[in-house]
Formats: sequence, C-alpha cells, structure tokens
Amino acid sequence: MSAQASGHGTMNIKLIVWRQAGPDKPGNFETYEAKGITPHHSFLEMLDVVNEDLIKQGKDPITFDHDCREGICGTCSAVVNGVPHGGQKRTTLCQLHMRKFKDGDSIYLEPWRARAFPIIRDLMVDRGALDRLIQAAGWISCHTGGVPDGNSTPIAKRDADYAMDAAECIGCGACVAACPNGAAMLFGGAKVAQYAALPQGQVEAPERVAAMIQAMAENGFGNCSNHYECQAACPKGIDVKFITRLNREFYKALVLDKVGATPPKKS
Amino acid sequence: MRLFSTSIGRKGVMAVTGLLMVLFVVGHLLGNLTVFKGPDGINAYAEGLHKLVPVVWGTRIVMGSALILHVYMSIQITLENWAANPKKYAVSRSLRATFSSKNMIWTGAAIGAFVIYHLAHFTFRVTPSDLMLGTDTMGRPDVYQMVVDSLSGAVIGGVYLVAMVALCLHLWHGIQSLFQTLGLSNAKLLPEYGLWGKVLSGIFLVGFGAIPAVILAGILK
Ligand code: HEM
Ligand code: SF4
Ligand code: FES
Repeated sequence: MSAQASGHGTMNIKLIVWRQAGPDKPGNFETYEAKGITPHHSFLEMLDVVNEDLIKQGKDPITFDHDCREGICGTCSAVVNGVPHGGQKRTTLCQLHMRKFKDGDSIYLEPWRARAFPIIRDLMVDRGALDRLIQAAGWISCHTGGVPDGNSTPIAKRDADYAMDAAECIGCGACVAACPNGAAMLFGGAKVAQYAALPQGQVEAPERVAAMIQAMAENGFGNCSNHYECQAACPKGIDVKFITRLNREFYKALVLDKVGATPPKKS
Repeated sequence: MRLFSTSIGRKGVMAVTGLLMVLFVVGHLLGNLTVFKGPDGINAYAEGLHKLVPVVWGTRIVMGSALILHVYMSIQITLENWAANPKKYAVSRSLRATFSSKNMIWTGAAIGAFVIYHLAHFTFRVTPSDLMLGTDTMGRPDVYQMVVDSLSGAVIGGVYLVAMVALCLHLWHGIQSLFQTLGLSNAKLLPEYGLWGKVLSGIFLVGFGAIPAVILAGILK
C-alpha cells in the first residue's frame, strides 16, 4: 500500500506562490495548502497535486515550466525559499523530492527574476535571451557533408574533459536567477570555454567571445561581480573557472582587435 | 575605447586599478609602521621619502588616476547591475555571496570619503584648523608629533579605525575577485586567492588599525 493510500507519512505543506496573470500584469503571492504529499513525490508532482485541486475548485492552476522531469532538459525553473531549484546540490527542481521537506513546512515559490527574463505567467519566464546568446555566439562554422573519420582531429583527453564539463550546462538559467546582477556569465562562460578548448572552436574564438559579450549587453544581462552565486545554484555544478576563462578569452580578443564597439545597453 | 565600453573591459580596468591601489597600500603600511619606532622612525622615513620628488609625484599621479578610473567604472557598473536585476526576491538567501561582496559600492564609498578626508588631514593639513606640523630636535618635519596629537582624539582616531574596517571588507572580496576578473584564476587557484586575499585584508586592518588604537590607548605619546 502506498504511503498516500495508507495515510502514513503524508504531509501538508503551505505554499506561498507568486501569481501573475501575464507579462504586464501586476503580481502577488497567494497561499495554498498542498495536502497528502508523500516523501516520494517530486517537487513538480507536488505542484501537480496542488493544481489538480485548484482545477477541481474551478480556479486557475499555477503555471510552471517543465518538460523531461529527469534533470536533463533545463526547463523546470522556480526559486524555492530564495534558492533557484531549491538548493539541493546539483539537483534540478524536477529531481528535488518532498522527503527534503517536513510536514507543516512553508515554501515560498517565485519565478526566476532578472531583467533579461520577463515573466510570462506565474512561475514561467521567457528565457529566450539565452537562446539569443547561443544564436550570437554558441556555435562553430563547419563543412556539411560526409561524416569525418573519428579521431581525424586529435583532442587531448584533458581538453575533451574540460569541454565536456562546460557542455554539461542544460541552459536552465538558474545562474542568472541566482545572480545579484542578473548576469549570464556562467552560461556564457561555459559556452565560450567549451569551444575555446577544442580545435574546432579555436578558429573563431576571438570573434565568438566578442559576440557573446555584446549579446549579453544587448539582451539586458548584467556584469560579473564574482559573487559566485551562479555556481552554487547551478544544478550541473558548472564551475566559475569558465568565467575566468571567458575573461581571458575576451582580453585576447581585445588585443587581437576583434572586439567591435559595443556600448552597454541603456536601461 | 573598447576597454572602456565593454562589460569585461571595464571590469579589467577596475581590477588593474584595484591591484595598483593594493600595492600602494602595502607600501603605505610598511612606511607607516615606522611610527612604532618613535620620532626617529617616521620622521626620518618621511624626510627621506619627500627627497625622492619624482617617486612621490609619480605615485600621486598614478594613484590619483587609478582611483578616478576605479570609482568612475564602479559607479557605472553598479548602476547597470542594479538595473539588470530590478525586482528582488521576497525571500532571498545567499549561498556564496558575502556581506563583503554585496556591499562593495558602500565600502568603496566609505574608502573614497576617507581618502578625501585623509588627504585634507595629513597631506594638505587643512583640517582640523589647529593642526601643527612642527620640526623635531633634528630639524626634520615632526610627522610623529602631528600624527600622535591628531589621532589621540576619539573622533579622529575613530574615523581612522572605521575606515580601515571598510578597507578590510572591500579587499576581503576584492583581492580574489581581481584575479578572477583578470582571467588569472582556475578551480585550484581561486580558493588560494581567497585565502591570501583575506590574510592581506586582515593585515591591513590590524597593521593600520594598530596606529590609532595604540595612540588612543595612550601607548604612543
Ligand atoms: C575610493 C572609492 C572606491 C569605490 C567607490 C570602489 C568601488 C568598488 C566596487 C563597486 C567594486 C566592485 C565592482 C563590481 O561590482 O564588479 C570594487 C572592486 C574592487 N576594488 Fe574598489 N572602490 C574604491 C576604492 C578602492 C581602493 C582604495 C582599493 C584598493 C586598495 C580598491 C580595490 C578594489 C579591488 C581589488 C576590487 C576588485 C576588482 C574586481 O572585481 O575585479 N577599491 N570597488
Ligand atoms: S550554467 Fe548551470 S545554472 Fe546556468 S544555465 Fe547552465 S546549467 Fe543552468
Ligand atoms: S524538467 Fe527537464 S530538467 Fe527539470
């Protein structure tokens, strides 16, 4: 018998949730009771339970982003008691489980907050700005056609590992949400470092980093103050060493005169 | 110039000017500690230093420019960062950001105000109006007596102590930050910079702070 059916070990949680009907609508906190939650519920399943309840009552369910629910797509996103993804180390919100909470707990749920991420509705924000960074600087030029021979371009294991560590980023935007400056340096740094470490990416490295920094300014992201909140909030543990690499690559591009005039965006 | 128009370019300017000022502060501390050797220590040091006119003026010009650039960039960058994060969370919790890292603009402002006061006090000697720079028995400017007389007042001594706390807080975050900004860091080095940055900030607090503290306690007269 499940814990829920037996009535054993279930808990009631108070949710204080940011509700906002649309991008330009005013928002406010609403309080809900999540009843009969088991320790096995994931955080999003707990929200599903609450939403079922709201729908039965004829109320609007809480809008939140989700997709894979297995920690790989980067879609889920909410700030739980002040920490993006809820603060369990290297864990996305969908992989956070209710056993981390106690009966009677109060949980504040807020959307990612940053100028670059306008709220669409409730806990769902528009992260298109991250896509625009990728369009500007998250790619390499290569020939199409037949598949090249494996290992035709030798890459040292050390470099491959480094690039893979950077490529772990799932693009969730928690780093931006956690940053006191609403900056995307961890996300952008991971992209720049990932390509700069590999021979295929080195060709365009100076242009890429220049484009990345320009796109960050144009899309409303802030500057880096080295608070390192991003790394602490990142569900993939992306390291701030990629930000220092981003800086290094940028100075190289400056010296090579590859940086276009990029006035910071006026707000 | 691109250095002054881009995000990382301007942070680089802040880091280099910050580093220059840290180096100056190290030298300034070593010089000031001669006060503990009494009048013969600091008066001889001050006289010797001011004979090196090009060194004194070179330092003034470099430090003045560094400070102006640093302050200008810091205000610009901080305003941009506030604008990029307009709405605060109702519940906010810092995982790694510190009091020191979150208050750079305010500890910086305190240091800036102190630098102006400090120059008016001991360099231009326009405040307080009864400040005297006499000569000692060997005919040197009696810097020792001027410093001791001035800092033995609770208000002036207190201002110096508070300013050193602000400096320590600023550099607690600032020193490791500058290496990260300049691209000279990595996962192994960052904690090392953090540790040594805190040690150096602590040395500044204790070293500079000891001067007004010891004078206020009446040990140096
Ligand atoms: C006089 C007024 C000052 C103001 C208003 C000021 C302001 C600031 C601000 C706001 C930051 C952080 C910028 C950011 O958010 O990224 C900063 C960084 C820094 N400051 Fe200052 N500061 C001042 C004086 C000083 C002095 C006297 C020193 C050295 C003795 C210093 C050393 C540093 C260092 C090393 C950094 C780190 C640079 C980096 O992040 O790369 N500052 N300052
Ligand atoms: S760096 Fe981490 S927090 Fe930022 S988008 Fe990538 S996975 Fe998310
Ligand atoms: S829903 Fe895909 S990572 Fe959470």
